[in-house]
Amino acid sequence: MNKRLHITFLFLSLLFLQVFVLNNILFLGYINPYLYIVFVIFYPLKENRFLFLFLSFLLGLSIDFFSDSGGINAFSLLFVAYIRLFFVRIFLKKTAQDYLLFELHAEPFGKVFNYVITLIVIHHFILFSLANFSTQNFSDVLVNTAYSSIFTAVLFFLGTYIIRMKK
Amino acid sequence: MQQLIYFIQKYRYFLFFLLLAFVSLFFTINNTNFHKSKFISSANRITGGLYEKSSQFSEYLHLKKYNKELIIENTLLRNKLEQLLTSLDSTVNTLIIDSIKFKQKYQYTKAKIIKNEYHKPNNYLLINRGTQQGITTEMAVINSNGIVGIIDQSTTGYARVQSILNTSSRINARIKNNFYFGTLKWNGRDYNTVQLEDIPRQATIKIGDTIVTGGKSTIFPEGILIGTVKDIRNTNSFNAIDIQLFNDMSNIGYVYVVKNLDKLEINALENPVNE
Repeated sequence: MNKRLHITFLFLSLLFLQVFVLNNILFLGYINPYLYIVFVIFYPLKENRFLFLFLSFLLGLSIDFFSDSGGINAFSLLFVAYIRLFFVRIFLKKTAQDYLLFELHAEPFGKVFNYVITLIVIHHFILFSLANFSTQNFSDVLVNTAYSSIFTAVLFFLGTYIIRMKK
Repeated sequence: MQQLIYFIQKYRYFLFFLLLAFVSLFFTINNTNFHKSKFISSANRITGGLYEKSSQFSEYLHLKKYNKELIIENTLLRNKLEQLLTSLDSTVNTLIIDSIKFKQKYQYTKAKIIKNEYHKPNNYLLINRGTQQGITTEMAVINSNGIVGIIDQSTTGYARVQSILNTSSRINARIKNNFYFGTLKWNGRDYNTVQLEDIPRQATIKIGDTIVTGGKSTIFPEGILIGTVKDIRNTNSFNAIDIQLFNDMSNIGYVYVVKNLDKLEINALENPVNE
């Protein structure tokens, strides 16, 4: 029950944080962090993935509702949610037996760094490619992906560091 | 049958993923089409209401600028009014306005932008007026500095505006001092510059010329300001022109929605019903 409440809180706070705060940052006119991907990183690992995939889709779709962007956030977050286990296996070397006791902050920083950066870059690349929706301005897609990924990653690591410090 | 169940068992997550991916891609593709983008839109009661609340907070930060714009516009309108009053002065010339022949072509409704964006290739704004105030699709949205966009869809309380900063926007525009006209587009890059295309080569254009709306569509009235010519690139038979917008699209507050009262009449002429 406690876990379910925690996920609901994470879902709603990420949604409103993204829509009302982060979408208005526009550093240098176009660089935005897309921190809602944290939902995929923090969602507990489980054998049964139906609820996880559906909630990721729903979070992306809610953000699309607010930002009038069709289904691009829904698709990119869903995709990252689907391939998450693959990267958990590659970078963190975890199998199905370890899921129950898995905690991200107990892992060594280097591994977590690779894992998080990979997810963020893949997510942002899909997001900007779909937003562009043509082969024109492809260089803009790459530039946007690079800058926004750095911004998101910095926010993510600063945020987790500050929360850890308090505890 | 056994095989099929086994297949579904094995790939159940992948199939579920495919289903959701298909749904989201369907929404994405629909959103690029002007007449079909009905499903995912911020012009509904929940998102519209939340945006309205948040804009009430941020509005205070811009009050000074809005006041300044209002003063400038008022001065302009007062001057025009004075000119009209002198020309209508009955001691100078006798002009009788026949109230039967009086005709108004455009109707203006004021509205407030409650959500603004300008960093994506396809940008949409949200205003706090809807069908209840007579706002329907394909109406022009302008402010005192020039054009802002076109109403894309409306619900009872809110309407979504397709910004001129949208790669699928096409607006008829012309040079102010002659009548060569072209199509206004945006290439999705800089939010201060838009592109004017299909201007014939024989048109003489200089950097700094003013560009206004052409009045060849039923949406925008003629002569609404757009911007000034910033750069001219020569291609084969048409010029491609970069235009510096008068409007700062990153900072707009109150706007006017323009309704063309003759639209039905014009449309009926252009597309006659064959019987």
